[in-house]
Amino acid sequence: MSEAIVSLRNVDKRYVRGKQSVDVLQGLTLDIPKGEFVALMGPSGSGKTTLLNLIGGLDTPSAGEITVAGQRLDQLGQGALARWRANHVGFVFQFYNLMPMLSAQRNVELPLLLTNLSSAQRKTNALAALTLVGIADRAKHKPNELSGGQAQRVAIARALVADPTILVCDEPTGDLDRKSADEVLHLLQILNREHGKSIIMVTHDPKAAEFAGRQLHMDKGALLEAGVAA
Amino acid sequence: MFKQVAAVISMSLQTLPQRIGASSVIVVGIAGVVAVLVSVLAMGAGFRHTLADSGRSDRVIILRGGSDAELNSNLTRTDVDAISNAPRLAKDSAGKALLSNELVTVVNVPKIDTGTDANVTLRGVGLRLAEVRPELKIIEGRMFHPAVRELIAGAGAAKQFRGLTVGSVLHLRNADWTVTGLFTSNGDVHESELLADVDTVGSSVERNGYSSAVGLLSSPAEFTRFKDALTTDPQLKVDVQREPEYYAAQSKQLTQIITVVGKTVAVIMAIGAMFGALNSMYSAVAARGLEIATLRAIGFGAVPVLVSVMIEALLLSLIGGVIGASLAWLFFNGHSVSTLGGGFAQVVFQLTVTRSLIATGIIWACVIGLLGGFFPALRAARLPVAEALRAA
Repeated sequence: MSEAIVSLRNVDKRYVRGKQSVDVLQGLTLDIPKGEFVALMGPSGSGKTTLLNLIGGLDTPSAGEITVAGQRLDQLGQGALARWRANHVGFVFQFYNLMPMLSAQRNVELPLLLTNLSSAQRKTNALAALTLVGIADRAKHKPNELSGGQAQRVAIARALVADPTILVCDEPTGDLDRKSADEVLHLLQILNREHGKSIIMVTHDPKAAEFAGRQLHMDKGALLEAGVAA
Repeated sequence: MFKQVAAVISMSLQTLPQRIGASSVIVVGIAGVVAVLVSVLAMGAGFRHTLADSGRSDRVIILRGGSDAELNSNLTRTDVDAISNAPRLAKDSAGKALLSNELVTVVNVPKIDTGTDANVTLRGVGLRLAEVRPELKIIEGRMFHPAVRELIAGAGAAKQFRGLTVGSVLHLRNADWTVTGLFTSNGDVHESELLADVDTVGSSVERNGYSSAVGLLSSPAEFTRFKDALTTDPQLKVDVQREPEYYAAQSKQLTQIITVVGKTVAVIMAIGAMFGALNSMYSAVAARGLEIATLRAIGFGAVPVLVSVMIEALLLSLIGGVIGASLAWLFFNGHSVSTLGGGFAQVVFQLTVTRSLIATGIIWACVIGLLGGFFPALRAARLPVAEALRAA
């Protein structure tokens, strides 16, 4: 088995609202090898998005250890986590989360603003990422001029452009029709198989999960079983 | 960091048109505060400017000792003779001191706008008026003649009070006075006055003495020696002041009142505008919640987000400040008004929107904007990313 890109040990996540506390994840232990495409499945409220947020460094655990790309995330403050995310994680959201006032190309350039690349280099890299996801011809269009599938491709290009260690996708096909969804999933599969990207994807859709190399099922804050490669 | 800040600011400014309603609350609120503040302070500045422009440093005003204004001062003819013989006064070619013995009284003249009587200074002036006050220029008609009931009216007074046109007759102190001319005086306090021959005014008000004596020194540096000569003379009990100091003291109290009232009103309005700004910026942060959370997820730091919200608030406040100051300047700069001066007589002055008042207004606007923007900016910067993404 190759080296783990994600390693969780006895991770708890508890949300406290006033006097109420809700245990969302309990004693979760998980390893995801480098270069794997994992689908996280489970019913609403099972904790899969919380787990994804912990792996992506968007949230911190209440207890336990999380190591991603060799970095103990549970030991980082908010500022360090933001820097770490900029260097290691590409996010793909269900509703794309593109900046409506920016063109596709400018949206893709956003993560590169956190690097030392020149403006010309940023533009070149953004166009390369848009080409990789097959949507370079729409570079000058704004999000409201794109279809859902196209917008999600732009979002994937934005997630890829800074060459992250891991892609974190939260319901990336949740807002798409079947055809567009399959195209996006196929693209993720290519990125995993041909470009070696480690991908963790939350999905409700069993068909979407079939594109992943492994399926993990969650319920009530715990992992149930490990799926087999498709 | 700079690139991040620039990118976030650029995005927030590009979304401003979508938030025009909330944003205009800040602009309008702050424009109102600044317009009121600048207008009220322009009153103080105009009043101060009018009185500060009265007098020159080589001209002195002599009052009876202990008197703080001409209206409650009384100099006898003997006093004035002694003063005219004091050293250090400028002399004419015949060797006579350049001194104007003056008598100040108050007469009632109706105001043009309301028709109600207002107190106007009638100043009896000596025959050396033209030499002692060379800035005084007849702009219409002619100088009054001594020993007859003629007067000249200041240009400011003519704008504010009825019947001050050349050739008209005013009924003052049970006698008819003919207006023979209008004068300017570099916009100083005397433009609010009526000037006539001092002895004619004296006989009209049945006073034998004078209110003050105004003299021209041979040089400004002679002031101390001149003052010492008079104040150490056992025959005299007088106070000697340079004219600018005298008029500055006359304007001080009213200017302070105007400043305090203006700032108090502005502070109250500013508090309202600040809450408006707070509310609008909270709305802006809420409207941009997903955008901010996405940027934070991508790796943008909290500081660029905080700075961008602050800069947006600052920019909107700045626009409001400029609009408010411009409105004050447009509607009030140079607007003539009159008010009771230190001597219980009306002083006509122009509201003066100075550069420093505009700067003050804009600084107030920026402070309101920064205070109003700070807490929403802090909220934006502290936004829990995962929570914000989920909420969106």
